[in-house]
Amino acid sequence: MTLESILFYSLSAVAIASALLLVTRRSPVISALYLIVNFFCLAGLYLTLHAQFIAVIQIIVYAGAIMVLFVFVIMLLNLGDERKLSEAMSYKKIVAVGLAAGLLTEFIYVIETSWIVLPASTINRGMEIGTVEYIGGQLFTSYLFPFEVTSLVLLVAIVGAIVLAKRKF
Amino acid sequence: MVPIQSYLALSAILFVIGAAGVLARRNAIIVFMSIELMLNSVNLTLVAFSAHLGNATGQMLVFFVMTVAAAEAAVGLAIVIALFRRKKTVNLDEINILKW
Repeated sequence: MTLESILFYSLSAVAIASALLLVTRRSPVISALYLIVNFFCLAGLYLTLHAQFIAVIQIIVYAGAIMVLFVFVIMLLNLGDERKLSEAMSYKKIVAVGLAAGLLTEFIYVIETSWIVLPASTINRGMEIGTVEYIGGQLFTSYLFPFEVTSLVLLVAIVGAIVLAKRKF
Repeated sequence: MVPIQSYLALSAILFVIGAAGVLARRNAIIVFMSIELMLNSVNLTLVAFSAHLGNATGQMLVFFVMTVAAAEAAVGLAIVIALFRRKKTVNLDEINILKW
């Protein structure tokens, strides 16, 4: 076993375990903590795929910004009566798990059988394309317009969040 | 070298766990976290294909997905706060004012 596969299997085991704990725990705070663990595992997996820039912004944006927002909202709402609402409707949970198992079977079937063999890149550019230099170069040349539209999306999100959270309606 | 199928299977498993969370849980905040999990699993697929094909377009798309996810989390949590102010609950079964 190479170092890469050891890293892959250990990180994916932790990622799956934390995802399962995320959807089964009762308290939102504990779920948020398991989601942070999951984000760090995914950042490690991005590193095994030589995507350094994506791994770093995964930690900064997701584990840093978005999860702080989640924890802040959980603190703000001060939820107490979660215990009785999650116990009810077990038949819905059974249906949900059944549907999810069907979806997983379909995914695995597609990945295993009708796998179209895409040609792997002949030149090994793996180390090169994940760097900040390469991504930044692409972002400010080929993807300049989507990048600018992104700023508009963020502006609209800021205004929308303030309007929604401020007004009493 | 880990084959790309392993990465695809892992992201399929994570996506399905997130989908099960969205369907089964009734706490709006945990449903949001499950949606973030699903977005992340798709990001993993994109990065795996990007590394497999030696093409950076997948990583660009991941960058934009993260931006949209940040915007979605901000607006979604603002909606949760507004709903909580009005209904005093985050139970999704009690939030049914659009359902006649």
